[in-house]
Amino acid sequence: MIEWSVITDSLPQYASGLWLTAQLTVLSLAAGLMMAIPLSVMRISRKRLVAGPVWAFTYFFRGTPMLVQLLLIYYGLGQFEWIQGQWQADNTFWLIFREPYGCALVTFTLNTCAYTTEILAGALRTTPHGEIEAAQACGMSRVTMLRRILIPGALRRALPAYSNEAIFMLHGTAIASTVTLMDLTGAARNAYSQHFAPFEAFIFAGLLYLTLTFALVGLFRLAERRYLAHLQPRKAIKGPTT
Amino acid sequence: MLHGYAASLLDGAWLTFQVAVLSLVLALTLGLAGASAKLSKLRLLRAPAVAYTTIVRGIPDLVMMLLVFYGGQMLINIATDALEWDYVDVNPFVAGVATLGFIFGAYFTETFRGAFLAVPAGQLEAGAAYGMSRWQIFSRILFPQMLRHALPGLGNNWQVMQKSTALVSIIGLSDITWLADQAGRSTHQPFLFYAVVCAFYLAMTALSSVVFNHLERRYSVGVRRSAA
Repeated sequence: MIEWSVITDSLPQYASGLWLTAQLTVLSLAAGLMMAIPLSVMRISRKRLVAGPVWAFTYFFRGTPMLVQLLLIYYGLGQFEWIQGQWQADNTFWLIFREPYGCALVTFTLNTCAYTTEILAGALRTTPHGEIEAAQACGMSRVTMLRRILIPGALRRALPAYSNEAIFMLHGTAIASTVTLMDLTGAARNAYSQHFAPFEAFIFAGLLYLTLTFALVGLFRLAERRYLAHLQPRKAIKGPTT
Repeated sequence: MLHGYAASLLDGAWLTFQVAVLSLVLALTLGLAGASAKLSKLRLLRAPAVAYTTIVRGIPDLVMMLLVFYGGQMLINIATDALEWDYVDVNPFVAGVATLGFIFGAYFTETFRGAFLAVPAGQLEAGAAYGMSRWQIFSRILFPQMLRHALPGLGNNWQVMQKSTALVSIIGLSDITWLADQAGRSTHQPFLFYAVVCAFYLAMTALSSVVFNHLERRYSVGVRRSAA
């Protein structure tokens, strides 16, 4: 019953789609995390003027569908004559927003950045008081304390929640296919429309996504074993004890 | 207002709301059934539930939706051909609700499973000691207590689910996102219309968090909050 030719014929597209999906996921996660670190510090600030804009940013990106965000950026920005002018003037920065790849990358980065900011802000807020007191007692300045105590500790505590976010992001990149990008889902939609074989086309893509998901889960498990080693159950001591 | 598209967008908003609520009902049902199966002593029930939650949570919702929409159409075509019936179109509304319900049922399964496990076994034993029937223990002790533990997780899943409803526009359902797309093309003001869609989703998610906060407070009556 299975038409293997649907898959074998489209194997090159699936391969390049897999590569594009991996690229979009890794790049947006990396950029989003880098931006989220300073933003989460601002988010927990007591000054309204500092925390407010970050709150508004995360509220918008967490309260609206990523698909609509992508459409807003990809189709929406072209509405403005000023931006069209920048495109005609070959302004390198604004040209990013004319390409589907650039728009997808920007949308995904901002989206994951918003979620990661909230995850990290939560982790920063749960820093044990004793750690802060100890840092102050050692005479650390606020910046030194952030760099040595608060941020490293928060990154560790955020790891389990962040692994969920990373998986959501992997799955979220599937909407890149709606702005003509040939990611894994795009390759599957293409294979479907060529052969009208939905089961072969989409189940094969699903299996590849499942593999990527398991790989990501495995990587995070390794990371947790390394960075949250102090929270692991104690191993029994092997060998003769004295 | 909105170049005459306000009424059409309102229709789309109503449709999106219907999709969200109906999929929520389906997902809650599947979630309760899935959690019961996963907690069952019978391996025959546990194994499919584990497969369900693992596979569904490992695949993007869009891929799942395309599979159900196009694959469902193919299955129906095969069935109607075999029975020599007339051609039947898969309704994108049904396909959208079915897929969203099916996907989020897997997430709700995990939420409910954790919540059931969080109810102290001593309370259930106390119920049995009072001579309550199994149904009485379930409806008076297990279910209300479980709901309190489940509510934060349910709230989170519901927030994610509402935003996933935008995907039904891809399979051709005229929800608010699809209508905004059409309006944006014909008026050459896509930004304006997508911004309206964003405002709609923000309003819906904000309203939901008010409702869920209220529910959480209601179901935590009599539970001491930690000082932190």
